[in-house]
Amino acid sequence: MSDLVVRLEVEAPMIAKARKPGHFVILKLGAKGERIPLTISSADTQKGTITLVVQRVGLTSNKLYNMQVGEEITDLLGPLGRATHIENFGTVLCAGGGVGIAPLLPIVEGMKKAGNKVISVLAARSKNLIMLEDEIRRHSDEVVIMTDDGSYGEKGLITVGVEKIIQREKVDLCVTIGPAVMMKYVSLLTKKYEVPTVASLNTIMVDGTGMCGGCRVSVGGKTKFVCVDGPEFDAHQVNFDEMIMRLGTYKEEEQEEMKKLHQK
Amino acid sequence: MTKEEQIAALRAQTWREDLRKSRKTKERTDIPRVEMNEQDAEVRSHNHLEVNLGLTAEQARQEAARCLDCANPTCILGCPVEIQIPSFVKNIERGDFLEAARVLKETSALPAVCGRVCPQEKQCEAQCIYTLKLGKPSVAIGHLERFAADYERESGRISVPELAPKNGKKVAVVGSGPAGLSFAGDMAKYGYEVMVFEALHEIGGVLKYGIPEFRLPNSVVDVEIDNLRQMGVQFMTNCIVGRTITIDELKEQGYCGIFVGSGAGLPNFMNIPGENLIHILSSNEYLTRVNLMDAANPESDTPVAMGKCVAVIGGGNTAMDSVRTAKRLGAERAIIVYRRSEEEMPARVEEVKHAKEEGIEFLTLHNPLEYYGDERGRVKQMRLQKMELGQPDDSGRRRPVPIPGAEVVIDVDQVIVSVGVSPNPLIPSSVEGLEISRWGTIVVDDNMRSSIPAIYAGGDIVRGGATVILAMGDGRKAAASMHAQLSGKE
Repeated sequence: MSDLVVRLEVEAPMIAKARKPGHFVILKLGAKGERIPLTISSADTQKGTITLVVQRVGLTSNKLYNMQVGEEITDLLGPLGRATHIENFGTVLCAGGGVGIAPLLPIVEGMKKAGNKVISVLAARSKNLIMLEDEIRRHSDEVVIMTDDGSYGEKGLITVGVEKIIQREKVDLCVTIGPAVMMKYVSLLTKKYEVPTVASLNTIMVDGTGMCGGCRVSVGGKTKFVCVDGPEFDAHQVNFDEMIMRLGTYKEEEQEEMKKLHQK
Repeated sequence: MTKEEQIAALRAQTWREDLRKSRKTKERTDIPRVEMNEQDAEVRSHNHLEVNLGLTAEQARQEAARCLDCANPTCILGCPVEIQIPSFVKNIERGDFLEAARVLKETSALPAVCGRVCPQEKQCEAQCIYTLKLGKPSVAIGHLERFAADYERESGRISVPELAPKNGKKVAVVGSGPAGLSFAGDMAKYGYEVMVFEALHEIGGVLKYGIPEFRLPNSVVDVEIDNLRQMGVQFMTNCIVGRTITIDELKEQGYCGIFVGSGAGLPNFMNIPGENLIHILSSNEYLTRVNLMDAANPESDTPVAMGKCVAVIGGGNTAMDSVRTAKRLGAERAIIVYRRSEEEMPARVEEVKHAKEEGIEFLTLHNPLEYYGDERGRVKQMRLQKMELGQPDDSGRRRPVPIPGAEVVIDVDQVIVSVGVSPNPLIPSSVEGLEISRWGTIVVDDNMRSSIPAIYAGGDIVRGGATVILAMGDGRKAAASMHAQLSGKE
């Protein structure tokens, strides 16, 4: 989709059939591969496939980016996590940043189908990183695009777009997916305006089934596991600073691995 | 035939009688208990090879000769799966090691595993006549079990248990840990077509992700799994029943019974300040990274931090496994922090002994209060409350009580929290109508049957956190009950 992001269509008929918006999978490449979580973007039950959108940031995401059509993902487990709570809330604002737009798509679609007025705010560093715009538009009443460099839509951070909407009309629910820092600021903003907000968190995981606790976050002062209690939580209760800190746990190890990957 | 009659019949075999008479009781009781051969402590604390090396055939036969072949073998009552202990031990004494292994496999799906990880000193060996009456160390039943199972495996002449003719019925197993494997083996013996669904990418559950290589090599577990495969048991990895496939879909596919042995896969934390700092992790996560994901191997993509000063919170087997793993990964200080005294530790005696030999420090009667981090959020210190022992609590162990004002701060760069596990909510929450206790365990009756007639459960998902052998016992019991139900004998 760009020099950073790739869309993978993966044959997984059982997962395609069982998945709901908000669900994620754990995948592993090769015998020595690590297990990483990825949120499902869409599924085709006819073809028996699911779609994953991956931005290359770490070791496994880089390997995924470089995969060729027909290659195999060694291990794929899912669907995991609790599905998004979808009902007719009234007006729902869906705020997606960067690669977070992909897992936002099924939620936008679900919210629209449930009868909501859906306003989507999509944001990225620049135009080439705004993805799935047509698909999002298809299920939204209105789409606002924000780019950091102003190369497309309006120039500015996602919070600028979100705030304009909230000031303009009553929003009953905000759903946000994207980088942790982005979700933190969206959450701070909607808290100010007292708009209930759900954030879909993507943390470090090993098994994805509640077994390791590596994904733990503080929500309302209590420790929760993203894999089985989430991945979606009341954003106003999430301790984003702690989450951002914990995402850096293996930064050095990751950099070492990336060096090795580039040397190959 | 009742259990007692069966025991008596086996004991009355001519060779058993002759063997009993071949030595005087005094000759037998004068033999000192065998010492397990071990890797040197200094050497092994730097490698991941198995600590125990097993007994030689001579050692095993001599140890087996200690057994008095009691008319009333109380040891069997101490075994959760009621292995015919004197029967296998006497086969070792007469040198028929393959027959000894066959006797073990009649009741235990995983003898090589149990011989390594069972807390024998609390089970069979606690009920041995040497312990009960003679005031001497018991017969080393665990070591002998391991010997027979290893002998059979290494002989290449592994016997596949006798299978009843196929009855055309399909049963599903959720989870491939000790409960599931034991259930699967028994159902295959009864003639069922058995499919085991496993969420992880490897078969074996806690035997693979939890128990380290130096205590239970994966190759040993794999042989036992291959044995089940040869009996016709099938496995599907990367599949969660209730998620990837529903119970209803299983029924549509013709599965007429389901056994849930999904384990206690949810680690407990203490909920104290600073516990979410970087490099504070559950023993489940730590051991999974090292054992299942092979993270200490540079070839592995999975990272693991290798702390120099590692504190492990807890006094169970998992805590011992974690602290000894940390030592092997290069920790200069590897410390057990436990709120009670050594006497109350739930870990196997052998694990505590091995840990001490390997230079593990024991900070007993200390309880963590708070963790402190550096500027990047990595743990650097922990504050501990000193404790003393008070009156016994519900578990019969003396309750640890804080000593007011007695606190200490120590430097650490990694903390592994090993304070127990809770039942994994994944299966209970995805199966409608399943009765769950307030602790999150699946409620079962005496026959291991849940509130849904077609679903049975056993192991830690029912018990909340127990041992390999109890899980296996549950699997066995559930298999017998389900077989009775499905074959209309109930």
